[in-house]
Amino acid sequence: MPPNPLSGGGLGRRSFLAAVPGLLGVVLRQGPQDTTTAGRLYNPNAVQSRARVTAYDNDEYIKGIEKRLKCTCGCNLDIYTCRTTDFTCQSSPALHRQIVALHDEGKDADAILAEFVQEYGEQALMAPPPEGFNLAGYLVPGVAVLAVGTLLAIRLLRHRPDAAVVGAPDVPPPESASPEELERLERALRESGS
Amino acid sequence: MTLLGEVALWAGWLIALWGAIVGFSGKWRGRPELRASLTGAVYAVLLCMLTAAVALWYGLVTHDFNIEYVAAYTSRNLPDYFVFTAFWAGQKGSLLFWAIVLSTFAALAQFLTSSRYRGLLPYVAGVTSAVTAFFLTVMLFAANPFGRLAFTPADGNGLNPQLQNFGMIVHPPMLYLGYISITIPFAFAMAALLSGRLDTGWIHAIRKWTLLSWVFLSTGIVLGMWWAYVELGWGGYWAWDPVENASFLPWLTMTAFLHSVMIQEKRGMLKRWNLGLIVGTFLLSIFGTFITRSGVISSVHSFTQSSVGYYFLAFLVLAAVASFTLLYVRWDALRPEVQLESMVSREAAFLFNNLILVGIAFSILWGTLFPILSEAVQGTKVTVGPPFFNRVNIPLGILLLALTGIGPLIAWRKASTANLRRQFIAPLTAGGVVILGLLAAGMRDGYPLVAIGLAGFVLGTIVQEFYRGSRARHRIHGESYLVAIGRLIGRNRRRYGGYVVHVGILVLFVAFAGMAFKVDHEATLLPGESVDVKSPYGHTYHLTHLGISQFQQLNRFVSQATVQVSRDGVPLGIMTSEKRQHQNSLGAAEFQPSTEVGIRTTPREDLYIVYAGSVAGTEEAVYRFTINPLVVWVWIGGMIVVMGGLLTMWPGGTGTTTKPRPVQAGYEAELVGHAS
Repeated sequence: MPPNPLSGGGLGRRSFLAAVPGLLGVVLRQGPQDTTTAGRLYNPNAVQSRARVTAYDNDEYIKGIEKRLKCTCGCNLDIYTCRTTDFTCQSSPALHRQIVALHDEGKDADAILAEFVQEYGEQALMAPPPEGFNLAGYLVPGVAVLAVGTLLAIRLLRHRPDAAVVGAPDVPPPESASPEELERLERALRESGS
Repeated sequence: MTLLGEVALWAGWLIALWGAIVGFSGKWRGRPELRASLTGAVYAVLLCMLTAAVALWYGLVTHDFNIEYVAAYTSRNLPDYFVFTAFWAGQKGSLLFWAIVLSTFAALAQFLTSSRYRGLLPYVAGVTSAVTAFFLTVMLFAANPFGRLAFTPADGNGLNPQLQNFGMIVHPPMLYLGYISITIPFAFAMAALLSGRLDTGWIHAIRKWTLLSWVFLSTGIVLGMWWAYVELGWGGYWAWDPVENASFLPWLTMTAFLHSVMIQEKRGMLKRWNLGLIVGTFLLSIFGTFITRSGVISSVHSFTQSSVGYYFLAFLVLAAVASFTLLYVRWDALRPEVQLESMVSREAAFLFNNLILVGIAFSILWGTLFPILSEAVQGTKVTVGPPFFNRVNIPLGILLLALTGIGPLIAWRKASTANLRRQFIAPLTAGGVVILGLLAAGMRDGYPLVAIGLAGFVLGTIVQEFYRGSRARHRIHGESYLVAIGRLIGRNRRRYGGYVVHVGILVLFVAFAGMAFKVDHEATLLPGESVDVKSPYGHTYHLTHLGISQFQQLNRFVSQATVQVSRDGVPLGIMTSEKRQHQNSLGAAEFQPSTEVGIRTTPREDLYIVYAGSVAGTEEAVYRFTINPLVVWVWIGGMIVVMGGLLTMWPGGTGTTTKPRPVQAGYEAELVGHAS
């Protein structure tokens, strides 16, 4: 039975107004007693036909595997995202069933991923395995940033400021002025100008 | 009208070619009539483009289905506002839209630029005319929006349902405005290189343009995220898709430029770097268009598999060679006036900030192109998806967040230990308190913990800056703190507008961290059945399927699933999610049924309901319930970023120095309230 929105203490006007359409919906669509059968839609072709959700659909372990594998329908999404988003896709539900079957055979995540790579190629993975040439994919950006940063730091540490500042008098650089000091300077300038 | 449109395209093409040839030739020197004709050419191209636009819009609103583009993207029963926006729904129309906006910006650059920089304008006209001529070439020879069919269909194909959303009206134009307006700073950079006028003049001339471009890009990207979130039904807003990456790349390099240009203005350094960033940003905007439209990289976005992409590739190569050759020729004249003096200075912090921003851009570009590289090297086209981008970019992003706080705290030239102590104590304490608070609350997830802790640190730096500035005004002028903050911002909009942008960025970082705690649950429910979904905050949503109603609405047949929602026993109301079967004017179904998501937003989390379909055509519904923490802060953060950008570019305040900057020898103090 649906919970009665009118039950419980302290029903406010807002809660009552919020509950009325729901209550009407329940009453008009199915009658107060009928909660186990589903009426046929007026136009069933206007919605996608779906299979009932199983425990595997909400299994975090299965979802984790699906998020590491790419759907083969060409959508560029992982299997989990595709099967829960693109409801016209025929591939992702089939791939989901394949993963569940492999899981039921006792295979763990790595074995399932390996099975998919064997069947669909390395592009079945949402990210290339960090091995061989693929290592370049992972390491090049970080190494490039580190290398440039290190070179920059070395250059700065070796640098002699006095020699580089063209025409600069040999005075120590003052500290950054605080907003208070700047305000004082501004006031002094204004006063001297007036 | 289509004939008029086509003639306008040809006329615009010829005039733009004229403008490009005269502009680059330099023959206008000493010939005022030739110089005037250059400016006239820019305005004439704009007139031609506006004529072509009117012609295409006329074809759209009169349902002239003999025009291939009109038949492909509209139908008789498409709501009027979507008929209007179908202008940029397809490739050919969006190219025309690009040319219109480009010619408008080119004309505005000629019209609005201060007389101080008049010497650059003929070259600017040459560059903008060349780019416009390129877009017109693509339209006339590969993607003509006025192309006709051999017959006239009774009705058009209609607009893709996912494009029938408010986001369609605003997101693509904003993104295009961002991409296209980059051409103006690029044109001024090229003008500086061509003319040899390499002082800071060109930088002052483009300051508003770069900010405008950055604001448009930021707005376009955030609107794209919002559109993906509310329309596509996957419960997320960023998927590291190549097309998303393509929009993010120029934003990153433009952001780097907006920081490094301050060093050139104040210290006469990084001249080559800044020119390189502007050129790189322009090339990345063209690169984005190339990968979007060529089909070389698969994407969920629709512009794929077209010869148009190769026009863009040719233009990209040509523009890159010409720009970098010019930069090389002027290399010696772009020597810095002074050198960096210390690792612990604002210049160094900005330099490292630039390094990280460009590093992130490089890693995204690298990841986007890696499948092609992998195929070339090892014969296997690998997939590079979100796990790769998250692994590579999250550490860089966190480093960038840290530098966002560090940069403004350090003095120019060289900071002393006393300066560092005075500046860092309060923000570091703020960051530490946030991390301790999160640990005490039980959070143990590494990246979110660090990101939110750093956000606390950055917020501490910003609050400290505002507090010190307003306290000074309060003491000296006797203003209330509220008035003092207002005047502080008003007098130095660039500095404090920048801080507002930083607030937006850290709000975004915190919101992104929230998605690490997303909860998904699928359920099949008969009418009256319920399911409980636990939020990451600990409370429980009780969701009851009430039923499905079906009805006709506008150009679609709607199946609406209704869910009653309560949280920890407290009724929250009714939510609906829909399946929409779009129909043409004859009532026939077009496209697959699309999803309309039900979203209940609170500051803490979004309850996101998707009606996925029905079991065997009955009211037994399949739902996906998602709880997305902190999503609303993505939109709020985005709005703060844009507001900060607008504040920074708003006329008035201290502005920037307009005289050529002398060699910096001693300490330069920026006077609050004194325009130099």
